Amino acid sequence: MRTGLQKWSLWLGAAALLALPLASWAQLSTDQLKTWESAPTAVSHVGNLTGHAKDAAADYRRYCVGCHGELGDGNGEVAQWLAPPMWPKPRNFQLGIFKCRSTPSGTLPTDEDLFDTIARGMDRSAMPQWSTFTKQERADLVAWVKHFSPRWANEKPGDAIKIPPEPEVTPERIKAGRDVFARVQCWKCHGVQGMANGPSAATLTDDLGAPIAAFNFTEGARPKCGDTDQDIYRIFMTGLDGTPMPSFADNIKPDEAWDLVFYLRTFMQQHSKEREMAKQLNLKPVDPNAPAPSGQQ
Amino acid sequence: MRSRYKFAAVLSAVVLLCSGALLLNPKVSAAGEGKITGTVKLDGTAPHMRGIDMSKDPYCVKANASSPQHLENVVVGTGGGLEHVVLYISDGLSGGALTAVPSDEPVFDQKNCMYTPHVLAMDVNQKFKVTTSDQTTHNIHPNPNPMTGNIPWNQSQPPGAAPVEKSWKATEWIPVQCNIHPWMHGWFAVVKGPYATSDSSGNYTINNVPPGSYTVTAWQEDLGTQTAKVTVAAGAAGSANFTFKGK
Repeated sequence: MRTGLQKWSLWLGAAALLALPLASWAQLSTDQLKTWESAPTAVSHVGNLTGHAKDAAADYRRYCVGCHGELGDGNGEVAQWLAPPMWPKPRNFQLGIFKCRSTPSGTLPTDEDLFDTIARGMDRSAMPQWSTFTKQERADLVAWVKHFSPRWANEKPGDAIKIPPEPEVTPERIKAGRDVFARVQCWKCHGVQGMANGPSAATLTDDLGAPIAAFNFTEGARPKCGDTDQDIYRIFMTGLDGTPMPSFADNIKPDEAWDLVFYLRTFMQQHSKEREMAKQLNLKPVDPNAPAPSGQQ
Repeated sequence: MRSRYKFAAVLSAVVLLCSGALLLNPKVSAAGEGKITGTVKLDGTAPHMRGIDMSKDPYCVKANASSPQHLENVVVGTGGGLEHVVLYISDGLSGGALTAVPSDEPVFDQKNCMYTPHVLAMDVNQKFKVTTSDQTTHNIHPNPNPMTGNIPWNQSQPPGAAPVEKSWKATEWIPVQCNIHPWMHGWFAVVKGPYATSDSSGNYTINNVPPGSYTVTAWQEDLGTQTAKVTVAAGAAGSANFTFKGK
């Protein structure tokens, strides 16, 4: 028979045991809260909008934190359920490495690049299109994303690459694009028909070691960094940092780059002038066993 | 009154001389520079280095047809000499000897679908070149930790591509990879101050070392680091030998 006092002390002990982890949890979130509150001096400039990080805190906490995490490290609650390559892991904003940039490989993206990415979303990933945000909200979120990485304090974004005006597509340009495709050997990963089945496709990993798929042009999906001709131009001329996709800026001239854009369009399911022309040309896939044409640039 | 002027003149002369000496210091020490030499060895049997299956790319298979390539994580030469070990002065350097950046540009070549050399050592902010001798497309993709200040980049090098010229901002062991040929794996070893890489017999020489007492560190990608204390006299060579235990 236990006395009342004994009973009470048992209860107290149990409560204390329960409270211990709770207390440490509370401590952790206070620390995290501090980082929430200390950082948001970051700003962004998109067109004539100025984004303020502090104004994005509530939106980030409500809409982004589940995947990207409180600390922006890409380790939100949901992240563990995202299994690459089918579901790429959420971006770790602390590293300041971004796929979709108008700037050279190894440089920070512009504020516009991040702004566009938020609205565009990431095709074939858990990142939806956030076009529901107002432009001001998106600009604020850009500033918020920037506050996670010290890179923005120490570096300036790279200079956006110059994209010359798009020329008229012609059968000659499509054929020339096929030559570029053969010369720089896009097919090593993307396959000779753009089906992501090149000899190196199966072993691709991203910078964090997770498996990653090459883009399959033929299944109707949109490229991750946009599906306009300009977007496709930008993708291979800047590379997608953090992934195996390198920059070809040093090895494809601007005019040739447009040829390649046109040729890549011939792989894509969507109806296009390029696809029609390729049909008429009866264009065959490049021969992977042909000796590489050397030194042509 | 006059003595006071004299004093001021002498004082300013001394200050001028001292600052001049400080400015010229790197050159002064360069005149009396010494070096550190030694040998790096592996104790025990060399670990088995797996042969590389290059069947992904017929060009690579053909290029190595006469002598198939093996992984290069631990390369042991004659007499147990350990190749591709980076040696640098981890403590004891100061002034110009520490901050001077060599003007030569080390070259990292992609040849026969391998990296030559497997480990390229360089100074912080020293320019280096990545070249390709191959008739197949490579992508050169170093993967440093961006938190260090070194930013990853990824550039293609199709056959005949011009060299890529780069440098790194911070000391780090940076893994380099070609995603197209996943067996291609090498290192950029970024250190501060004079350095050397051991040759196929395990020998090394760190040049341009001013007289002084130093800690030399040897880094091997799989076997870790070792340190040794070395004293260099003016115009003479210090010596430090290292022995790594096989795992």
